[in-house]
Amino acid sequence: MPTIKSLDDLKKIREEALQKRQAKVESGSIEIVVGMGTPGIAAGARETMKAILDFIEKHKIQDVVVRQTGNIGLDSWEPIVQITVGNNPKVTYGKVKADLVERIMKEHVIGGKPVKEFMIEA
Amino acid sequence: MAFYRSHILVSVDPECLQKGAHEIIDALNDELVRSGLLDEVQVLETSRLGDPHLYGPDIMVYPEGVHYVKLTKDDIPYLVEEHFLKGRVVGKYRAEEVSAAEEELGPPKPKEIRVVLRNCGKIDPENIEDYIAEDGYLALAKALTEMTPEEIISTIKTSGLRGRGGAGFPTGMKWEFTRKSEGDIKYIVCNADEGDPGAFMNRRVLESDPHSVIEGMIIAAYAIGARYGYIYCRAEYPIAVKRLQIGIQQARQLGLLGENILESGFSFDLEVRKGAGAFVCGEETALMASIEGARGEPRTRPPFPAVKGLWGKPTNINNVETYANVPQIILKGPEWFASMGTEKSKGTKTFTIAGDAVNTGIIEVPLGITLREIVYDVGGGIKDGREFKAIQTGGPMGGCLTKDHLDLKVDYETLAAAGSIMGSGGMVVMDDTTCMVDIARFFMEFTQDESCGKCIPCRVGTRRILEILERICDGKGKPEDLDTLEELCVQVKRNSLCGLGQGAPNPVISTLQNFRHEYEAHIYEKKCPAKVCRALISFTILSEVCTGCTVCARNCPVGAISGERRQPHLIDQDVCIRCGICAQVCNFNAIEIN
Repeated sequence: MPTIKSLDDLKKIREEALQKRQAKVESGSIEIVVGMGTPGIAAGARETMKAILDFIEKHKIQDVVVRQTGNIGLDSWEPIVQITVGNNPKVTYGKVKADLVERIMKEHVIGGKPVKEFMIEA
Repeated sequence: MAFYRSHILVSVDPECLQKGAHEIIDALNDELVRSGLLDEVQVLETSRLGDPHLYGPDIMVYPEGVHYVKLTKDDIPYLVEEHFLKGRVVGKYRAEEVSAAEEELGPPKPKEIRVVLRNCGKIDPENIEDYIAEDGYLALAKALTEMTPEEIISTIKTSGLRGRGGAGFPTGMKWEFTRKSEGDIKYIVCNADEGDPGAFMNRRVLESDPHSVIEGMIIAAYAIGARYGYIYCRAEYPIAVKRLQIGIQQARQLGLLGENILESGFSFDLEVRKGAGAFVCGEETALMASIEGARGEPRTRPPFPAVKGLWGKPTNINNVETYANVPQIILKGPEWFASMGTEKSKGTKTFTIAGDAVNTGIIEVPLGITLREIVYDVGGGIKDGREFKAIQTGGPMGGCLTKDHLDLKVDYETLAAAGSIMGSGGMVVMDDTTCMVDIARFFMEFTQDESCGKCIPCRVGTRRILEILERICDGKGKPEDLDTLEELCVQVKRNSLCGLGQGAPNPVISTLQNFRHEYEAHIYEKKCPAKVCRALISFTILSEVCTGCTVCARNCPVGAISGERRQPHLIDQDVCIRCGICAQVCNFNAIEIN
C-alpha cells in the first residue's frame, strides 16, 4: 500500500474504502459481522466464527464476506452476529452460540428469511 | 407523506419480542390487509410501553391512546374487527391502568450520545481502511496541514475537554504546560492501565476502535512537540494490546506514523508497553516509573510530568478516552463539543454500570445527566424489582451515594462535593440486599492489597481500617471503633502520597456518613440489617412451611440439616457454616434468615 503524503491521498483511500462498501451492497453480496471483543470471545464468538466459516465452506456459498468487529454495547447478548444481505436492513442476532449457526445460515443466508426468534432488534 | 387515521405502536422491547411481538405485528398486518384498512391504519414498532413482564406483548393505539396488553396473535382478528372496523374499544384486552398517553407521545429523548464509542461494534478494528472510511485520520490531516500547534491547543482549551482518567484536569492547559516546558525531547504517554474493578470502558475503545486513540495521540504529540510516545496498556487486556500493535503497524505502513508525516516535517512514532499488573501503576508517576523499567511506585509532585516526566523529560500523559475525544473535537470544532455537558464539565463520558441494575455494561452519556437517569433510564432500574439503596461512583476510591443523591448532576465538581469522585467512570449500583459495612470492607480489602507500600499512612493505615471493618462484620465491633475509623480515614486521606491512599478511605467515610445506622446495628445490636455478614445471621427452617422434601439436606455441604422425609427438617446451628445454599435450593421459601 502506498504511503499517505497529503490530505488528498487520505481522501482517496477514504473514497476507495467507501466505494468498496457500496459495491458490496449493490452486488447483493452477503456480509456477516461477528462481534469479537473480550465479551464476545468469552461468550464463544471464536467458535461461532469458526462454525460460520465451516458452513460457508461446506455449502460452497459464494459472494459472502465474513469480518469481525469490536463490542456493540450489548455484552449480555454476546456472541452477536450481524448479517446484511445486499441492501436489505442489517439483522442483529444475539446469543449466537456455534450450534445456532447452522439454522441461521440455512434460513437467512441461503433461504433469505431472517430467523426472528434469535433477533435482538427489529 | 401518507396520512393514516390511526397508528398502532407495537412494543418490540426484547422481552416482548421473546413473547412473540413479531407474530403480533405480522398478524396485525395480515388482518389490516384482509379488512382493507392498510391505507388507514399504520403499524409501527416502538420500545417498551409498559412493564413487559406484566403486560407484554402489548400495543398502543393512537389517537385514542388505548393500551392493549398480554396479546396473542389469535386475539388480533377480533381486536382489529372491533376497534378499527366497528370503532369500539375492546375492554378485555385493555390495561387496567390507563397508560400516560401524553408521556408516550413525545419524541424519545436520547440519553446516550456516542462520541468516543461511535465506531465501536461498527468497524473492523484490525482494518485501518474501515477507520478511514469513517472519517478516520481526517482530523490528523487537518491538524498537520491547516493548524499550528498553538491553534490545536487553543481549540482543545475552548472545547473544555477535561482529563477522563478521573481527576478532570483541563486537557488543553496540560498540553500547553508541556509545550512550554523547556527541553528538546518530549514524550507523550497514554494511560491505558484501567485497573478499577468492574470498569472496562477503556478496554472497549482500545479493542473496538484503537485508531481513534492512536490518531488522538499523534495530534497531541504534534501540539506539544513530542517525537515519541508510549501506550501503557495493562497486560490483562491481551486483545487490546494486539489490536493496538496491529493499528500502529498499519498506521506506519500508510505513513501516518514515522518520519515526515503527511510531508509536514513532523515525525512521530509510538509503541505499546504492557502494564505490570499493579493497580498503582495507573497513577501517573508510578506508570512512568514502570515504563522506565523501575518499580511502579509513585513519587511526589511537583515536579509534574509536564515539567519532569519520563526519563526526566517533559511528558504529556492522558487517559485513553481523553485521546479518543481529540480527533472529533478537531474535526467538528470545539463549539460542538462544548454544546454537550454542563458549564464546567463538557462533552460525554463513558461509564460502566455494574451491580444490581437491570442493564449492566457500558454507556456513553453527556455530562450533567443525573444519577437517576443513569440508574433508571439507561440502566433500566433495579433487578428483580428490588429497592435502590446506594450507588458507588468512581471505582474503589469513590464514595457510596444514597437515593437522596439520585438527582445530582454527574460532573466532576458535583460528585466531589457529595463526597464521591468521577474517577474513570465505574458505577456500582446496589440494591437493598447489600450490606454497606461489607461493601466498605470489600473495597478496603482491594485498596489495602494494592497499596504499593511506599508511604506509611497508606500501607499501615489501610491495613488498620480493614482490620476494624473485618471485626465489625465479624460481630466483634467495639463502640469506640467508629471514632477510630473516622480518625484513621482522615489521617490516611491527608498524609498519603498519591491518589490511591488519598482516595482509599472514601468508601468508608461515605458509608459512615450515609449509612451510620448500619454500622451501629452491627456493633450494638450484633445484627446485619441486610442479612449479609455471616457471623451475624443464622438460618432456620420454618417447620410449618417445610414439606420435608429433603432437597436442603441433600445440598448442605456440611451435613448440618437433618430430618425424616415428609417431616420438617432442622438445621444444627453448631455445624452450619451459613453458606445460604439451603435458602437458594428450597422450593417452598421455608428457610428463614435471622
